[in-house]
Amino acid sequence: MLASLVGFLGDFDLAEEAAQEAFAIAAERWRRKGTPENPGAWLITTARNRAIDRIRRERTLADKTRLLDVHTFSEDEMQDEGIEDERLELIFTCCHPALAMEAQVALTLRALGGLSTEEIARAFLVSEETMKRRLSRAKAKIKATGIPFAIPADHLLPDRVDAVLAVVYLIYNEGYGGRIDLAAEAIRLGRMLVALLPDEPEVHALLALMLTHHARHRARFAGEDLVLLADQDRSLWDARQLGEGRESLQRAIALHGRGPYALQAAIASLQTEQEVNWPQVVELYARLAEQTRSPVVELNRAVALAEAGDTELALALVDGLQLDDYRYLHSTRAELLRRLGRDDDARAAYRKAIALTVSEPERRMLTRRLGEL
Amino acid sequence: MKYAALVYNKPGSFEALSDGERQTVSGEYMAVRQDPRCVDGAQLEPVTTATTVRVQDGRTLTTDGPFADTKEVFGGYFIFDAGNLDEAIELASHVPSTWMGGSVEVRPVVESQPA
Repeated sequence: MLASLVGFLGDFDLAEEAAQEAFAIAAERWRRKGTPENPGAWLITTARNRAIDRIRRERTLADKTRLLDVHTFSEDEMQDEGIEDERLELIFTCCHPALAMEAQVALTLRALGGLSTEEIARAFLVSEETMKRRLSRAKAKIKATGIPFAIPADHLLPDRVDAVLAVVYLIYNEGYGGRIDLAAEAIRLGRMLVALLPDEPEVHALLALMLTHHARHRARFAGEDLVLLADQDRSLWDARQLGEGRESLQRAIALHGRGPYALQAAIASLQTEQEVNWPQVVELYARLAEQTRSPVVELNRAVALAEAGDTELALALVDGLQLDDYRYLHSTRAELLRRLGRDDDARAAYRKAIALTVSEPERRMLTRRLGEL
Repeated sequence: MKYAALVYNKPGSFEALSDGERQTVSGEYMAVRQDPRCVDGAQLEPVTTATTVRVQDGRTLTTDGPFADTKEVFGGYFIFDAGNLDEAIELASHVPSTWMGGSVEVRPVVESQPA
């Protein structure tokens, strides 16, 4: 509903106010006269009419005069036709790279996720006041700078789709940390994107990646303690979600998806097999490293190498990485050194990892490992 | 909508080019200026020609050059009349400073209210 109103009015604040007014009117009128045949269309039409009234009253901004030529709709005209699905335009506006990343995330959750400002504030551990300011600054920038409410032109589309996917994945990863159920919200957004952009392989791939990870979330903790993949109780995995993730991955591959999300989804999917094909995981990480040039990906490749049996090579790879402040570098080194029987070096590496860790469950797990040596 | 594209150069980046490259870069600047959506533009003389003016207690103080040494130096501007920010960004991305270690800052111009 909000998407349709922003598209029609070209103004976030006006659209939000109009929507609220329409809901208020509905609450009152539907109680007296009963619910109309098409409640969604009724709400949008009412909101549009309210907004047009308001603009007519105010008659301030010259750029809104085009709206004065629009006729208001009568109740007979309240059918679904003519009310376009403009959620995609709204997503591209919210995830415009001219906005700060944190603003893109907040706007997307507010406008498309339907989360309240207070809920978003809570999820990102900031005060409601701060979040309110962040949202209104972003909305003001959209208006003042002429960020378009449109699907980007073909030659801009790949970059802009990437920007949208980055926002959704960031929302997912915030949820992965275990705060409000942002992970479920991100998956919902991922499904919406798949419906709106069915030909984009990376859109399917991101959904696959999120579903495959999320399917395991109940097995990831035992009480307060972290459980590593190899030790997870597979009966706690959500088989339906895993299946859906696999289907999404197949669709991405069928659309020739070979991008970073497709590779990560393929890796995540392989890791849910009964017998993990580690050499293939190594290969996929190598391709991902080529695309992203990320040392963190190289670290993951090292872990897969060790699982595939080549601990020495894995350690050599880890020792060549410039990631000295990264706690997982040291926890990985510690694990590899332990396997190679170099206990003193392993202890030193565990201590370094523990010193860098900010998460309490991780600290407990590392301390336990250190104690086992 | 009108947008100002403020062109910042990396000092010495133009001078480092060969004669042929300089001609190409100048041609690209001209091409941006000649786009029908570009309504104005100017290149400034080098920053060594700058004079900074301040007024304190009614006295005009002038100093040589800008104060701070900056990594990027303001070198000129364009005014675009574009449909939206995406169009303005695309025009700005054709300005050579963007790939010569400098940048272009795009900002909407305040439209004066008709009297």
